[in-house]
Amino acid sequence: MANPCFTQIHPTCIPVSGEYQSKLTLMSESLRNDGRVWVPKKKEDAQAIQQGKLKGVNIKEEDRDYNLERRYPAFGNLVPRDVASRAAKVECDKGHGVSPTGLAVFLDFSDAILRYGKIEANKKGLTNLSNEQIIALGEEVVSAKYGNLFEMYEKITGENPYKEPMKIYPAVHYTMGGVWVDYNLETNVPGLFALGECNFSDHGANRLGASALMQGLADGYFVIPYTIGTFLANEISTPKIKNDLPEFLEAEKATKVLIDKLLNTKGNQSVESFHRRLGKIMWEYCGMARNEAGLIKGRQMIRELRAEFYNDVFVPGSNDEFNPELEKAIRVADLLEHGELMMVDALNRNESCGGHFREESVTEDGEAMRKDSEYAYVAAWEWNETEPILHKEPLIFENVELKTRSYK
Amino acid sequence: MSAEMNLKIKIWRQKNSKTSGSFETYPVVANEHMSFLEMLDVLNEDLISQKKEPIVFEHDCREGICGACSLVINGQPHGPNSGTTTCQLHMRFFKDGDIIVVEPYRASAFPVLKDVAVDRSAFDRIMQAGGYISVNAGQAPDGNAIPIEKGRAGQSFEAAACIGCGACVAACPNGSAMLFTSAKIAHLGHLPQGVVEADKRAQAMVAQMDKEGFGMCSNVGACEAECPKEIKLENIAFMNRSYLKAVFSGEEV
Amino acid sequence: MKWLITFFSSSIGKKLLMSLTGLFLILFLVVHLIGNLQLLKDDGGEAFNTYAYMMAHNPLIKIVAYGNYFFIILHAFVGISITLYNRGAKGQKYAVSKSNKTTWASKNMALLGTLILAFTFIHMGDFWFKMKFTNELATVSYEGFPVVKDLFTRVSTAFSQLWIVAVYLIGMLVLSFHLWHGFQSAFQTLGLSHKKYTPLIHNVGKAYAILIPLGFAIIPIWYFFFKSM
Repeated sequence: MANPCFTQIHPTCIPVSGEYQSKLTLMSESLRNDGRVWVPKKKEDAQAIQQGKLKGVNIKEEDRDYNLERRYPAFGNLVPRDVASRAAKVECDKGHGVSPTGLAVFLDFSDAILRYGKIEANKKGLTNLSNEQIIALGEEVVSAKYGNLFEMYEKITGENPYKEPMKIYPAVHYTMGGVWVDYNLETNVPGLFALGECNFSDHGANRLGASALMQGLADGYFVIPYTIGTFLANEISTPKIKNDLPEFLEAEKATKVLIDKLLNTKGNQSVESFHRRLGKIMWEYCGMARNEAGLIKGRQMIRELRAEFYNDVFVPGSNDEFNPELEKAIRVADLLEHGELMMVDALNRNESCGGHFREESVTEDGEAMRKDSEYAYVAAWEWNETEPILHKEPLIFENVELKTRSYK
Repeated sequence: MSAEMNLKIKIWRQKNSKTSGSFETYPVVANEHMSFLEMLDVLNEDLISQKKEPIVFEHDCREGICGACSLVINGQPHGPNSGTTTCQLHMRFFKDGDIIVVEPYRASAFPVLKDVAVDRSAFDRIMQAGGYISVNAGQAPDGNAIPIEKGRAGQSFEAAACIGCGACVAACPNGSAMLFTSAKIAHLGHLPQGVVEADKRAQAMVAQMDKEGFGMCSNVGACEAECPKEIKLENIAFMNRSYLKAVFSGEEV
Repeated sequence: MKWLITFFSSSIGKKLLMSLTGLFLILFLVVHLIGNLQLLKDDGGEAFNTYAYMMAHNPLIKIVAYGNYFFIILHAFVGISITLYNRGAKGQKYAVSKSNKTTWASKNMALLGTLILAFTFIHMGDFWFKMKFTNELATVSYEGFPVVKDLFTRVSTAFSQLWIVAVYLIGMLVLSFHLWHGFQSAFQTLGLSHKKYTPLIHNVGKAYAILIPLGFAIIPIWYFFFKSM
């Protein structure tokens, strides 16, 4: 597992609406082309909105803080995902969030609608239009561009984004880290190849929009057809591998032992409840902004949670029938190790790099600060229950110079 | 704040494919923001806390694109809204006090695995029979070098929207899989690379579709009405043409 | 010729049989209606009876007639076998059934078809059978036609009885429903669907489904309410 701490948090997701939620729906990045992110300047306004006493449209222009435009004049609302996500968190932590949970910022299209409306009016040579007519024209343009996204938002939240600003909040979206592979996409297990988002190889520490597809295509279309042959060529005289070999039997037995253990624990807590608790720990201590104390604490909490899981999980049903709860349990068992590994990796990498932001490693104006002299390597981890073992793969840049991003 | 909705879920329970099943009714407390599957998750957590077996239902992406979710809700596959999958259906379309009847997809070719999950591997076998292009289509520049009219590409794209969920079979009073099979045949057959094997594909996929025991189409149109991706009946006409052409003038015997 | 057998055993092959026989029957109905509208002519039955005589003695018509009998039986047989197969393919029914953008006719074609078949037996028993296989009908003479069976009188006698009129009107109603779905369905099965002409097919089909049965229904209504025998 390489660089597991490089996870991407996407700034424009529909905010959490309740404890039961199974997923947060992503609103496409393209919306930031036209939407303007803002929060109320005054904390009282924000609190009134949180309590449902006020709506976003009621806040006057001068009382709106377009925080991305303020902090990053050059890129404004188009700053990369990690920057936009952290910016939203900063405002909500200060108490300026705009949803009942306090964890949301506005993504407002009213200016875009007016602007497009005026452009359309000009194009058609119409003068002396009322505000409503201009808005109607603008809404048509926006609908042609983003219609299906707006429809999806309304389907899920019941709010009309043409008339009220959208509410969005960052949520975990992607992993740049993943299974370690070599340049032929082969993992450290001979003959096991990993392609696409599950490996770590294409994006480094950060990923731009629409390039997840790139990873799947690059690996699947351009790389593997030419690299898998090297492995297969050596296997040409290997017959079909039988499943009575000692390695297979050992692996099979280990799986059976795990399954039996999970089914026989017959504790009191559902798999889902453990999964949610793990998720909260990860979001809290290994989320948008990480620090040493938090990571150490988070790691310990996960170890305790894992022990509790094996002691107290209840998996209904049996092993000889279709049993999704059992499948879930095995997955959560894996996640309870993976989560800890992410904490370990985040703790080890004491710099801010791409999607991994350490509060201890910032520039004067609060931006990410890398420490290339110490951390220019791929952190490939070998799992060990007591202490995972780090294998460093140094990154040597021959043709490009390492630079620092600036969006000001 | 969202108001509580007290609902009764009357849902099909069945232990496995060999036993017969029956309806059970459970109370659940939901709110308008929940998706239908999240409401079932809440119900399942209730059942697990009572040490009972949770309801098995299929799901995956939970955003309308994978085709895994598959419930018949109050007599309609994927519930009451058009162009919506079960996982996209939110509880605000139900009212406090409602009794919601949830059934598995019904068709002999989709045997019930457990509770409301059915075995849709018949669709996989239809795809394996011919839902692919096996000629060397080259790389992107090769594809871009072949001219194709935008409307035609559009028809292929619309047919390609099919997520293989099987709602069409569930909705069809005959249990026919024509809309699914035709969507796959049309998506490939409208494109120049797909035309090459069109005859072989049509015959092979129809043969497999029949072998699986799906019913025969009588142009009722329930499939198009319930399809969450709004696949059109004209794809079935395309498939009929392709098949007839393949049988009467194709090279394959 | 194995490929033909494979074809007609396939779902689409069977549906093609339904479509082609159905379209033949649709054409047959038009011809039959035109011929029978002569029953409304107020000439004592000369036009109709001589027409019936020519139909029964024209060799080409006789061949087509055998084809007609065969296609009716084929249409019914394949239709019923498809319906029974589909019942098995569907399996268990839903506890809640909800119709959405589908017609009742489209889901009950087998029932409608069976009723039409029953009606056809009654209809052919009333007239065709009596004419062909019995001596019950009187004979008349017209210029150029020395001995002609008086089918006209047989028809007008039959349609002076209320219950026979009722059976025929119900038969036409059932036929109308069957055609409402069947007409456009035949074209869809043939793959003849295009935004240029499919709306026209649907409209022509609906018009056909109303006008043809109505045209037939006028005959018993005319005889029962307006003519007395």
